[in-house]
Amino acid sequence: MSTLMLGKALNEGLRKALEDDPKVLIMGEDVGRLGGVFRVTDGLQKDFGEDRVIDTPLAESGIIGTAVGLAIRGFRPVCEIQFDGFVFPAFDQIVSQVAKMHYRSAGHVKLPITIRIPYGGGIGAVEHHSESPESYFCHTPGLKVVTCSNPIDAHWMIRQAVACDDPIVFFEPKRRYWDKGEVDTVTAPRGLWDAAIARTGSDVTLITYGPSVKTCLETAAAAETEGKNIEIVDLRSLSPIDWETVLTSVRKTQHAIVVAEAPAYSSLSSEIAARISEKCFYELEAPVLRVTGFSTPYPTARIEEDYLPDLDRILDAVDRSLAY
Amino acid sequence: MARASGDGYDAGTQSAQAVQPVQPSEPELVQLLTPEGERVDNPHYSIDLTEDEYRDLYRDLVMVRRIDTEAMALQRQGELGLWASLLGQEGAQVGAGRALTGRDFAFPTYREHGVAYCKGVDPVTLLGLFRGVNQGGWDPYDKGFQLYTIVIGSQTLHATGYAMGIQRDGGDGAVMAFFGDGASSQGDVNEAFVWASVFQAPVVFFCQNNQWAISEPLEKQSRIPLYQRARGFGFPGVRVDGNDVLAVLAVAREALERAREGSGPTLIEAFTYRMGPHTTSDDPTRYRLAADLETWKLKDPVERMKAYLSRNAIATTEFFEQVDREADELAAHIRAGCLALADPDPLTLFDHVYASGSSLLDEEREQLASYLASFEDEKAGAHS
Repeated sequence: MSTLMLGKALNEGLRKALEDDPKVLIMGEDVGRLGGVFRVTDGLQKDFGEDRVIDTPLAESGIIGTAVGLAIRGFRPVCEIQFDGFVFPAFDQIVSQVAKMHYRSAGHVKLPITIRIPYGGGIGAVEHHSESPESYFCHTPGLKVVTCSNPIDAHWMIRQAVACDDPIVFFEPKRRYWDKGEVDTVTAPRGLWDAAIARTGSDVTLITYGPSVKTCLETAAAAETEGKNIEIVDLRSLSPIDWETVLTSVRKTQHAIVVAEAPAYSSLSSEIAARISEKCFYELEAPVLRVTGFSTPYPTARIEEDYLPDLDRILDAVDRSLAY
Repeated sequence: MARASGDGYDAGTQSAQAVQPVQPSEPELVQLLTPEGERVDNPHYSIDLTEDEYRDLYRDLVMVRRIDTEAMALQRQGELGLWASLLGQEGAQVGAGRALTGRDFAFPTYREHGVAYCKGVDPVTLLGLFRGVNQGGWDPYDKGFQLYTIVIGSQTLHATGYAMGIQRDGGDGAVMAFFGDGASSQGDVNEAFVWASVFQAPVVFFCQNNQWAISEPLEKQSRIPLYQRARGFGFPGVRVDGNDVLAVLAVAREALERAREGSGPTLIEAFTYRMGPHTTSDDPTRYRLAADLETWKLKDPVERMKAYLSRNAIATTEFFEQVDREADELAAHIRAGCLALADPDPLTLFDHVYASGSSLLDEEREQLASYLASFEDEKAGAHS
């Protein structure tokens, strides 16, 4: 057990993956000598060589497209997309090739590719560096989509994702890279597709993931001082979703609020709300609410705090839900 | 000694010059067999085959054309939903396909039926996709022939990545990426050129320039001959007469050998012509002249090889008749195989989305199963 920052926990997880399986490769822009712009791959090229930790030309479709070929050849590429907003040049390869190859080949071709994407806002960045594009990928059959919210999950989920025979889009909450936590590198806390109860409560369920989990935990601590007891489900896997954990919690609290940075319109948060409404129609005491980013492009840094779901907006939703 | 030098590529002699308007050099066309069936010499490429091998190449050309003819007929009779004809491109595909060895891997578009044949893939295997009973579904590892790729140019990156894999696991094969003149405009193809060049990957880019991307002529894709683009990426390019199976075989063998020995990629532009429509859904009379087709008929890849064999007494009338009979047998096999491709069970639409399963799909499969079963119950009720 050691205390690690989330970014370092990922780094240690990738190191373990490289050690465990000689077919694991890391590829992306600046992942080698620089160790990635967030240093998630720091030191790996030095220890595993340029053939396994590959600094690629600057073209995202090329990163994913060549990873497909490497995977057909029997490798397990871990691709880094440098920022969320830079995944779109690779979007065609991801949705048309990566997601469909196993289906197209009737199971003959497996593509165990992990696509790491630092995502989300809150770091005061310029355009294209703060987006939450997870819904596009959750909407694409053939992909699995996961995200971590804390160091121990980061460590284990990246190891589990790399070991999985399906292509996985792995979203990393970039503003939480520097959060510290205890990491047990011997025993995995749970399976990759399992949601976690991040906080046990009885009055309202907050369903959330990635960077918003911490915001929800802070909200729950504040609400407790007002006598409100909030339960938090950290989804971890966004596709597929561990519905049993979600629905069990909602049936208990009878109040559900989905919290995410991505705009709500036609999104993962909307799917969660729809599913809860369908499955818990008689148990719900209030409509399922959503606290999310707005239906705008990600705004400029000086006003991003108004865009991101924060403690006050979540508390406001809690109050509205309980007032029904 | 043969070398890939169609554009006089020599990275060492480039000098810094003021920016000049694009001045493409005169295309050199590698040709070993004229349209009339006469052997000609080329300073860089040569081929010397046994009489059996010449006859085998002719047989391949006839078989591949017959695959196409039969599939076109099956489509017109409603047995296939669509067919992408390769008519006119038999020489390019047999030349490239026969250059590939068992250890080499091919990444095709959706028109490489001739390459598939040379790789030993049963033509019936290709029909499922066009009949609509599967998305391809064959095992690419079986013959070293990847699934058909429909999005234009995507497979060139896959081929390059596969070649990078060969570099990393010590394999001794090479890779051939197939694409067309239209694909040469795609970003993915240009990224594949960058990757292959930077990593010196053992991949051969085999572009069948059939002059047409559905209705758009080559002038809409490029202002310089396509093979000359290779120079800008740092590897050799060569233009070969795509209707001359001997020249294509010679050029492709050379490029594959170059790749296998670690000298990096080559771009081959096989200059040919799509004699048929883009697919059975296309109507080429809307955009091109019948006279062009007549010109290219005089360069027919099958007829030119037949003329060569006849003139040089390499094959007799009996041989040609025998090959025609074999083609008839192949056609009958294709027809019977096509008609035997049954519609899949509806519930199989959930199969193979994931290697590791999905709780969501399990739920949806169950929903569709019970919905479908409800009709069976109704039927049973009506009969009772």
